[in-house]
Amino acid sequence: MLRIRNLESGYGSLKVLRGVTIHINSGEIVTIIGANGSGKTTLLETITGIVRPRAGEILYKKRNISGMPPERIVALGCSLVPEGRQVFATMTVHENLVIGAYTRSSGPDRENVPEDLESVYALFPILKERNRQLAGTLSGGEQQMLAIGRSLMARPGLIMLDEPSMGLAPIIVKHIFEIIIQLRSRGNTILLVEQNAKAALGIADRGYVMETGSIVLEGTARELLDNHDVQRAYLGKDYKSIGE
Amino acid sequence: MMYNRKIESMPREDLEQLQIERLQMTLNRVYRNVAFYKNAFESAGIDVEKIRTLEDLRELPFTTKEDLIKSYPYDMFAVPLRDIVRIHSSSGTTGKPIAVGYTLNDIRNWSELVARLLTAGGITNQDFVQISLNYSLFTGGLAYHYGAEKIGSSVIPASLTGDIERQIMIMKDFKTTALVSTPSYALTIANAVEEMKIHPEELFLKYGLFSAEPWSESLREKIEGKLRIVATDNYGLSEIMGPGVSGECQEKKGLHVNEDHFIIEVIDPKTLQPLRAGEEGELVFTTLTKEGFPLIRYRTGDMSSLLEGPCSCGRTFVRMDRVTGRSDDMMLVNGVKVYPSKIDEVLMKLGDTVPRYRIVLGREGETDTIEIMLEISGIGILDEMKNILHYRERLQAALSAAIGMPVKVLLVEPETIKRMESGPRVIDRRK
Repeated sequence: MLRIRNLESGYGSLKVLRGVTIHINSGEIVTIIGANGSGKTTLLETITGIVRPRAGEILYKKRNISGMPPERIVALGCSLVPEGRQVFATMTVHENLVIGAYTRSSGPDRENVPEDLESVYALFPILKERNRQLAGTLSGGEQQMLAIGRSLMARPGLIMLDEPSMGLAPIIVKHIFEIIIQLRSRGNTILLVEQNAKAALGIADRGYVMETGSIVLEGTARELLDNHDVQRAYLGKDYKSIGE
Repeated sequence: MMYNRKIESMPREDLEQLQIERLQMTLNRVYRNVAFYKNAFESAGIDVEKIRTLEDLRELPFTTKEDLIKSYPYDMFAVPLRDIVRIHSSSGTTGKPIAVGYTLNDIRNWSELVARLLTAGGITNQDFVQISLNYSLFTGGLAYHYGAEKIGSSVIPASLTGDIERQIMIMKDFKTTALVSTPSYALTIANAVEEMKIHPEELFLKYGLFSAEPWSESLREKIEGKLRIVATDNYGLSEIMGPGVSGECQEKKGLHVNEDHFIIEVIDPKTLQPLRAGEEGELVFTTLTKEGFPLIRYRTGDMSSLLEGPCSCGRTFVRMDRVTGRSDDMMLVNGVKVYPSKIDEVLMKLGDTVPRYRIVLGREGETDTIEIMLEISGIGILDEMKNILHYRERLQAALSAAIGMPVKVLLVEPETIKRMESGPRVIDRRK
């Protein structure tokens, strides 16, 4: 579904991605884990066209989207749920969701927007209850649901989530991750960037470990969970607890 | 039957993506974690970030057996020792040891790769698999053991013993359906079965998976005929992993390389340049998933070639031909590559075992000559001079045809060569 080769990008003179090669098969949940500053967010921003790639190739459904403007990439079916939700605080829940369908406003899909709204409300009943409320007044968990709901309004094939667990209580994180599993069973493919490696690997099929802009490990979620480097660096296990 | 159909029959395009990803990740890891590679890449002026395609792999330096010997025991390990769950060691032909470490994930991958080979060789969870390979520092016994357990077969860890009768007793009593051993051990078993007047039908054998030494098509026919089994060839070496690198499917037309875990190249051992499919050269492997002991462009010393075209079994992994010999055994005679294994093959057709022989290379004027000094023991009873001469002529004709140039045969008395055993197999008198 998504195939990236030797992707390089950065900001100004700062090179962040140093030749990233990854792929995501249709229907998979793939996670990218890594420390702060390893380039995970930059990778998502480069895929979605917010940051322009300097080199490399991004194929989405065999089509090169590298260098396309973000709105075209979204229209093709790659949707980003950004870090820190980024909901429009002064607009209502309903308005936030309708904005999510913006790229469909001129396309053949515009007819079904009300239908899709209902399906988002079915997935997140709390949003329906609060659909007239301003998004800024929602709790963190509700805002995260809104951000995911908004991304669904673009009818994406691939949903990219940037740190969906950030700042949320453990019980809410659990709920959000259950929703991610539901999204996959609805036919979406998921790219999940997380610092909460344990939670992410708990639901992912495969994962990549990123360090300073390079991929240093790839494997099934189980392989990564059993890798001692991953355990030490990202799962909070110190040397003693893994048997030294 | 495939153990992992999704992977083993994946489109080449997807495989290429996976190989590039894993190659880059392996390079990033060895550069960070293995001093040998950090130095090797830096002194060759290589920036691992510039390795973008599979072709770029050719720019990387080779790893040789000598490098591994020098780093004995632990200098090539890419993870802290506490992450290693098993260590194997090989002394190889040179006698100097190397040590190979495996993490938990390495052992799991290894078991899966061997499970693939066993499945390709015909084995299912219904089979009784007798593993007559050494359970030791040598990788053979344990590798097949884990692989067969992964499939769910009933595993009989018979190990390699000198007690052939006991092996056969186990085979009969436990109703062994598959034998895993070296080809020569299988032949010894087959001959003993004959001598013990056991009809193959009294055994339950269906499959044989043989590895750890070069063997010929005629030996395969012999073992298959005597034991009434389907015999397949497996290849592996402990430096790279052990068994599990490649193996034949039921088509018996070359060994499928587990390309999601290894990149195979064939190079000219003299010029070190890559060769095309069909051209014979030295096998070079790069590991793609090994955590404990990753290797970049490891020169195996084993000679073979890649086979072109898809296999009718449906696997998309490239096939390599059976290993014909060692690159250090290769002789250049009148500019033609000659391997002792070719000679083994001819001799094998004439008797059950390969008699002891030496190859003597000489020169007459501008032309190289090749002479085979062969012991007449083990050939059978050749009491009459007439028979001996006839045998010699037949042998000369067969060898000349196989090698593609005139070969002289010199028959020597039994035990003559045994006394020269420690000397090289090839005696080069051209210099």
